[in-house]
Amino acid sequence: MSTKYAIVVFPGTWSERDWAAAITDVLGETAELVFHKEKDLAGADCVVLPGGFSYGDYLRPGAIARFSPIMEAVADFANAGGPVIGSCNGFQVLCESGLLPGALMRNRSLQFRCQTQHLRVERAAAPFTSLAREGDVLSIPISHGDGNYHADDLTLARLEANGQIAFRYCTADGEVTGDANPNGSRANIAGITNEAGNVLGLMPHPERAVEAALGGTDGLVVLRSIQETVHERAGV
Amino acid sequence: MPVSQETLDRIALTADEYALIVQKLGREPNEVELGMFGALWSEHCGYKHSKPLLRMLPSEGPAVRVAAGEENAGVVDIGGGLSVVFKIESHNHPSAIEPYQGAATGVGGIIRDILAMGARPIALLNSLRFGMLDDPHNRYLFEGVVAGISAYGNCIGIPDVGGEVGFAPSYAGNPLVNAMCVGLLPEGGLVRAAATTPGSTLMLVGSATGRDGIHGASGLASRTFGDGEREMRPTVQVGDPFLEKVLVEACLEAARSGHLAALQDLGAAGLTSSAVECAARGGTGVEIDVALVPRREPGMTPYEVMLSESQERMLLIVREGEERPIADIFERWDLSATVIGRVTGDGLARILDGGEVVAEVDIKPLSEPPLYRSEPQRPAYLAALHEAPLPELPPPTEAGALLRALLASPNIASKRSVYRQYDHEVQTNTLVRPGEGDAAVLRIRGTAKAIAMAVDGNGRMAYLEPYAGGAMAAAEACRNVACAGARPLALTDCLNFGDPERPDVYYQLAEAVRGIADAAKALGVPVVSGNVSLYNESGGEAIYPTPVVGAVGLLEDADARLTAGFVEPGDAVLLLGADALDGDPASLAGSEYLAHVHGLVIGAPSIDLALEARVQALLVALAEARLLRSAHDCADGGLAVAVAESAILGGVGFVGDPTLTTTLSLPRERGHDGGRWDAALFGEAASRVVVSCAADDAAAVAARAEAAGVPALRLGSVGGERISLGGLIDEPLEPLAEAHGTGLERALAG
Repeated sequence: MSTKYAIVVFPGTWSERDWAAAITDVLGETAELVFHKEKDLAGADCVVLPGGFSYGDYLRPGAIARFSPIMEAVADFANAGGPVIGSCNGFQVLCESGLLPGALMRNRSLQFRCQTQHLRVERAAAPFTSLAREGDVLSIPISHGDGNYHADDLTLARLEANGQIAFRYCTADGEVTGDANPNGSRANIAGITNEAGNVLGLMPHPERAVEAALGGTDGLVVLRSIQETVHERAGV
Repeated sequence: MPVSQETLDRIALTADEYALIVQKLGREPNEVELGMFGALWSEHCGYKHSKPLLRMLPSEGPAVRVAAGEENAGVVDIGGGLSVVFKIESHNHPSAIEPYQGAATGVGGIIRDILAMGARPIALLNSLRFGMLDDPHNRYLFEGVVAGISAYGNCIGIPDVGGEVGFAPSYAGNPLVNAMCVGLLPEGGLVRAAATTPGSTLMLVGSATGRDGIHGASGLASRTFGDGEREMRPTVQVGDPFLEKVLVEACLEAARSGHLAALQDLGAAGLTSSAVECAARGGTGVEIDVALVPRREPGMTPYEVMLSESQERMLLIVREGEERPIADIFERWDLSATVIGRVTGDGLARILDGGEVVAEVDIKPLSEPPLYRSEPQRPAYLAALHEAPLPELPPPTEAGALLRALLASPNIASKRSVYRQYDHEVQTNTLVRPGEGDAAVLRIRGTAKAIAMAVDGNGRMAYLEPYAGGAMAAAEACRNVACAGARPLALTDCLNFGDPERPDVYYQLAEAVRGIADAAKALGVPVVSGNVSLYNESGGEAIYPTPVVGAVGLLEDADARLTAGFVEPGDAVLLLGADALDGDPASLAGSEYLAHVHGLVIGAPSIDLALEARVQALLVALAEARLLRSAHDCADGGLAVAVAESAILGGVGFVGDPTLTTTLSLPRERGHDGGRWDAALFGEAASRVVVSCAADDAAAVAARAEAAGVPALRLGSVGGERISLGGLIDEPLEPLAEAHGTGLERALAG
């Protein structure tokens, strides 16, 4: 039995088909595109908030999308412990909706960046990184203009203390340096989870790194970790 | 004459053309009618000066499903029921005035052309030219254009996978911004833009109509302008990529719904050209009530509504009675879809304002502007530049330093600082990314196939010999596609020239088109779409004539694709297309070496199209036989730069055969029969490709080349951490990579 991944589509979302292809063609699971006007996740086992420019990033990235009808269902799903992953614009929506702390600001360079990036796994745990080891270096593309993660000192300290920092930008050797930081994020943060650990937001695009022909399969570490958890939860 | 010269000037019509309109109508046109004529008879919409020339281009081929000019873009069959749709278009004048919005709306416009065919846009490319970067205004234009393309393309989720950026003094103040879009059509997905059935409903969707862009086609794109250009900023439209993204999704849903009879974009000359072109294609008429058109601001006149170039609008022609399901689709995407009129059977364009007729003219004269064939005159400068003997060039510094300088030249240096601002991976089909190969390669999901695409043009070559420049642009675009292992399928062209009413410019245009036509015929690829941008001059000087050609090719097996970087130490490196480094001084014509190092643009470029065709066919056959590890054509900077780029991309050195250049002399050594070493290293003779293959396959590659009638030369082998070439160059790789990697950013920093 395959499990079901609900991929939320806001106006301006553009990674939904990439996620759907990764989930169906590579993981062999079921993907369902859920339009933002829906109120119900239709029995999904995992929720994906994909990348793009919801509402054109007008006002602030994610600031309008968070008011979409579907977001109430996403919050309920998350609060019930369901796995939610938001990548790129999805991370921004999660921050704007309060499901994750902090905010994403304009890249320090003031320019968009599309490039492959090294990420150090800071926390190897279900549901998102159970197949990794702490300190592993993953090579995963980024593609964003507003990925500069910001949180105040107190929040940052709490993220560190709770092990909520999932990934940091690093060098190929796993060193977390200023030069390896593509957007100015505090503490080189590329992705964080909520306190319970079941909601992940990250700027990189794991769905773009699931086939060798497209330049690497490191994104599968994240996707297969999710798949494992989803299977356990669904009793598959 | 009842209209003033000033009025005619504003819409770029001549007094003779006005008289012709009066004659065709049998009366004086009113203001709205005259505005419609002005827009449709503009060079931009009507191709008055170029259409007779464009007929030279071959448009037919076995894979062509829709030929150039029939629809918004050409359609080419790639097998398995799938087709690709592609077109290139310029947005030069708006970008000169307002670089960010000019470039952004250029991207938006070409996407709607592809969308209008019912195709999902899957790739963007662009070809850009600017003046030299030491001038802050050119830096402003460059940075603004790149930021505009980045902002629009990234927001809309179409990967920007390739292109080129070039710099020459000739483009100062008049940058070239040519955007190409490629779309994929599923079986049965083609949507026409012909209004064939009277009674069908016209629905306008997308953005509300404002006063922006009025006279864009006639005023901005169809004449030259001088120092007052910045005052024209209000005529440049402002793009809303978010709206366009939503429009793409909604229109594709509508196209698949079965309720649409036709789909047409609104571009230059807005509603006027959109509706009139649909009716002209279908042999019908249209009736539009401008009072029904949703407005962005109050008080707009019928004239303004009909000529507005507000962006992100599409015209739907909906089967009668099926408006509701179409409106529902757009409502779901929070877009308005408004009935504004209907298709009629009377062959008229009838414009109403709340029921009152404000314009009524035959479609036929509107859509058939006068065509002009000027008397071409070979420009006087050509003879002087051709005959210029290669002068007493100052003794060159050593070859290694020259190579380093050329690699750092903005024309040759890595464009990474540009393309990293473009999302080139969204849609997850990009197999060969920008900077990795001579062409971008995208897989066709659900099949084993892939398509390769490239865009090329060399204004310096076209300036020195317009015919050769046109032929070389088409040949290089196809060669780049062939270097990716793909068989070139079809071309699209963008002709960037000066004022065609000048006999010397008209000569350049006519000759360049003849060159593209001859190359396309020699290579067996039709030209399926295109665009003409004339009047590119500033301060009375025409830009370099710049024919830009986009090519799309097919790989039946995506795994046969090739990239440009060397792969394995020990691999053999060969040159295809030449069997000696003879250092013929003629090969320096139009080279980046002469321009960048010596400040000279001289010589008589030429190309042997029969050889070119053999080289390309060989490349594709070698790729299909999996005999090659890399392929990279010799373009700007010649052989030495091509070899260095393959080494830099592969992160591995090259050991050249030191005996290759023993017959060459230094430029200053007179009385030596051998060629010049600078020409051997940096000359830009066409049709040459540097390939690498497993050492064991080198004999097979050479044998196949011989059988194909392609001269070949073994250059050396991959390996080490240096680049040595013909005993002339022996440089560590790292500083060369550094020069290549940072040259553009250094030039930008001033």
